[in-house]
Amino acid sequence: MAAIAADFSTAPVLPKWIAPVLLLAVAYGVVPLIGSSYLFEAILLPFLALGLAGVGLNILTGYAGQVSLGSAAFMAAGAFAAYNFNLRVEGLPLIGSIFLAGIVAAAIGIVFGLPSLRLKGFYLAVSTLAAQFFVQWALTKFSWFSNNSASGVIDAPKLSIGGLALDGAVGRYLFALTIVSILTFLAYRLVSSQTGRNFIAIRDNETAARIIGIPVLKTKLLAFAISSFIIGVAGVIWAFAYLRTVEPDGFDLDRSFQILFIIIIGGLASIRGAFFGAALIVVFPLGLSRLSGFLLGDVFDSGVLDMSQRIVLGALIILFLILEPDGLVALWDRIRRRLLFAWQST
Amino acid sequence: MPLPTYALGAMEASVYAPEVFARGLPSVLQPAHLSEGDAGAAGSTANAAAPLLSLHGIGLAFGGVVALADIDLSVRSGEIRAIIGPNGAGKSSLINVISGVYRPDRGQVRLAGVGYAQVPTQRLAHLGVARTFQNLALFKGLSVLDNVGSGLAYKVRSNFAGQVLGIGRSRGERYDFLSCTDQILEFLDLTAVRDRLAGTLPYGLQKRVELARALVAEPRLLLLDEPMAGMTPGEKSEMADFVRAARDRFSTTVVLIEHDVGVVMGLSDRIAVLDYGRKIADGTPDEVRNDQRVIDAYLGVASDNEALSRDEARAGI
Ligand SMILES: Nc1ncnc2c1ncn2[C@@H]1O[C@H](COP(=O)(O)OP(=O)(O)OP(=O)(O)O)[C@@H](O)[C@H]1O
Ligand SMILES: [Mg+2]
Repeated sequence: MAAIAADFSTAPVLPKWIAPVLLLAVAYGVVPLIGSSYLFEAILLPFLALGLAGVGLNILTGYAGQVSLGSAAFMAAGAFAAYNFNLRVEGLPLIGSIFLAGIVAAAIGIVFGLPSLRLKGFYLAVSTLAAQFFVQWALTKFSWFSNNSASGVIDAPKLSIGGLALDGAVGRYLFALTIVSILTFLAYRLVSSQTGRNFIAIRDNETAARIIGIPVLKTKLLAFAISSFIIGVAGVIWAFAYLRTVEPDGFDLDRSFQILFIIIIGGLASIRGAFFGAALIVVFPLGLSRLSGFLLGDVFDSGVLDMSQRIVLGALIILFLILEPDGLVALWDRIRRRLLFAWQST
Repeated sequence: MPLPTYALGAMEASVYAPEVFARGLPSVLQPAHLSEGDAGAAGSTANAAAPLLSLHGIGLAFGGVVALADIDLSVRSGEIRAIIGPNGAGKSSLINVISGVYRPDRGQVRLAGVGYAQVPTQRLAHLGVARTFQNLALFKGLSVLDNVGSGLAYKVRSNFAGQVLGIGRSRGERYDFLSCTDQILEFLDLTAVRDRLAGTLPYGLQKRVELARALVAEPRLLLLDEPMAGMTPGEKSEMADFVRAARDRFSTTVVLIEHDVGVVMGLSDRIAVLDYGRKIADGTPDEVRNDQRVIDAYLGVASDNEALSRDEARAGI
C-alpha cells in the first residue's frame, strides 16, 4: 500500500498559538508606542474593520459556501443599530450597544439568508443584492435611523469602555484591536468546531451532508446569522472607530465587492486570509497613490490618477488570481515552507 | 488471489475499545458479536422476523424514462443483499428511493415496520440508515478524520456557542467524536491518512473513507452504491472483506450495488437483478447464476446490436 504512505515531511512545526500571540504582543505592546497617527487613522483602523468583515464573510462564503454580495448592508445595519441603541437606550454601555447591533445584523442576515434555502451560487449572490439595496434604501429613506439629521451624516459617539475614554487615534486603535481579536479568536474556534465542520460539509456536498444528518437548513441560517453578526460589528468599528461618522453612503455595493475581494485574494475558508486580503486592499492603494503621485503627480490631474489606480489594482487582482487561486495564505504558506526547508538543509 | 492479511488481522480485535463501551456509546455494536453464545444471530434468527426494509410496488420515471417499474424487494436483518443489473437498470435510483433522495411516483418504502411514500432524508441517520454514493460524495475540504467523524453529526446536540466556548455537552461530544472516529479509522486501516485532506487521497482510499463515514454512525442498514467501482482486483477483494467484516462486527444489514459479478456472488446472501427498471430475478447467488433471464440480460455477452436496441428502447424510440 504505497498509496497510504502519508507525506511525513517532518518540518519542525512551532505550536500554533505562537504566531498569533507574538503578533498580539507587538500589536498591543509596540505599535501604540511607535505608530504615527497616520498609521492608525489611514491604515490600521480600516485594516482592522475590513479584516473583521472579511472574517465574517469568510465564515459564510469560504466555509459554508454561500456567496453573498450584501456584506456592506450588514455593516451598515450594525453601525446604525449601534448608533441608535447608544442614542436611545439610557445607560446602556457602549459594548452593550455593539453587541446588540451585532444581534440586529444577525437577524437581518437570517431574513436575507432565507433564499439560500432554495437558491445556490450565482442566484443566491444576486438575491443577497436585495439586502444591499434594501438596507441602504431604508437607511436613507427613514430619517429616524439618522436621528432626523438633515444631511444623513451623523457623528459617532465617542468611544469609551468603563469610563476610560478611548477617543484618540491610539485609543480607537486599541478599542478596535480588542474587539477584532476577541471575535477573530471565537471565529477560529467556531470553524474548527462541529458547527464549522458542518459548514464545510454543506459547502462541499449538500446532499451527503443532509444524508448523514446535518440539519442543512438550520446550519445555513446559522452561518448567515454568525457571519452577519461579525460583519455588523465590523461595521460599528468602521463607523465609530475609523470614520467617526455614520452614513449610509460608505456602505454601498462597492464595499460589498471590496470585502468579497478581500476574502478571495486572502484565501477562501481561511481566517488568516481575511487579514492578508484586508492588508492588501488597504495598503496597496495607498502605496500606489503615493507612488503615482510621486512619479506622475505633475502631469495628470487627480481624477486620472484615481482612475488609473483602480485599473492597476483590478489588473493585479486578476493576475494574482490566475497565478495563485488559493490566495495570499497559500502563497504565504509556500514561502514559509521554502524558508523552513532552506533553513533546515543548511 | 491472495487476500491482504493485514486487514483481516485488524478485524480480529474488537473494533471499539472497552472504555468506549464503558461510556455506553455504540449501541448497535453491543449485540451479537459481543456474546459468544449468540454467534450468527444476525444471519439466522432474523429470517423469521419481519424484514428490516421492504419496497412495495415502487415506480419512478424521469420524463419518458422509466427508471423503476413496480419493484418489490425485501431485505432481512443482517443479510448482505446485492442488487445487480446492466448500466441504467435503475440500481442507483433504487438506493436513492430508499434513502429519500428521490420520491417514487408510486409505491411504498417500509423501514423497520414504518411505511413512507418518501423516506425523510434529513432523518435518515436517526432511522439508522447510512449510505455511500456511486460518485464520491466526500467533503473535499475536510480531513479524513473530520470526514469520517461527520458521520456522527446526527447525534450532536450541543449548540455552536457551547462548542466555541468548549463548555457543556460539546466536550463529551468532542471526546466521542475522536474515540469513535479513530476506532473506525483503525478498523478500515485508514489511520495512516487520518489527517490528510480527503480530496487528496487516491480514489480507492476515498471510497473507503466514505464507507468509514457511513459505518461510524453505527447504522442498522447500510446502502452501498458500487463501493468497489474503479478499483483494482486487489482493492476490490480488500473492500469485500471490509464489507463482510462490517456486517459481522456491527450486525449491520447491507444493501450492495456492484457490477463485478464475481465479487457479488461471493459476498451476498441474496441477489436481486434489475433490468430496464424491472426486477427480473431474485434469489441466492446460485439461483441467480442459473436463471436464464439473468444470463440473457446481464451475465451473457450482449452483442453490440442488442446493446444498441436496448438504448433505443430506453429512450422510448
Ligand atoms: N436524476 C435523474 N434525472 C433523469 N434521469 C435519471 C436520473 N437518475 C436516473 N435517471 C435515469 O434513470 C435510469 C436509471 O438510472 P440509474 O442511475 O438508477 O441506473 P444504474 O442501474 O445505477 O446504472 P449504473 O450502473 O450506470 O450506475 C437511467 O436511464 C438514468 O438515465
Ligand atoms: Mg448507478
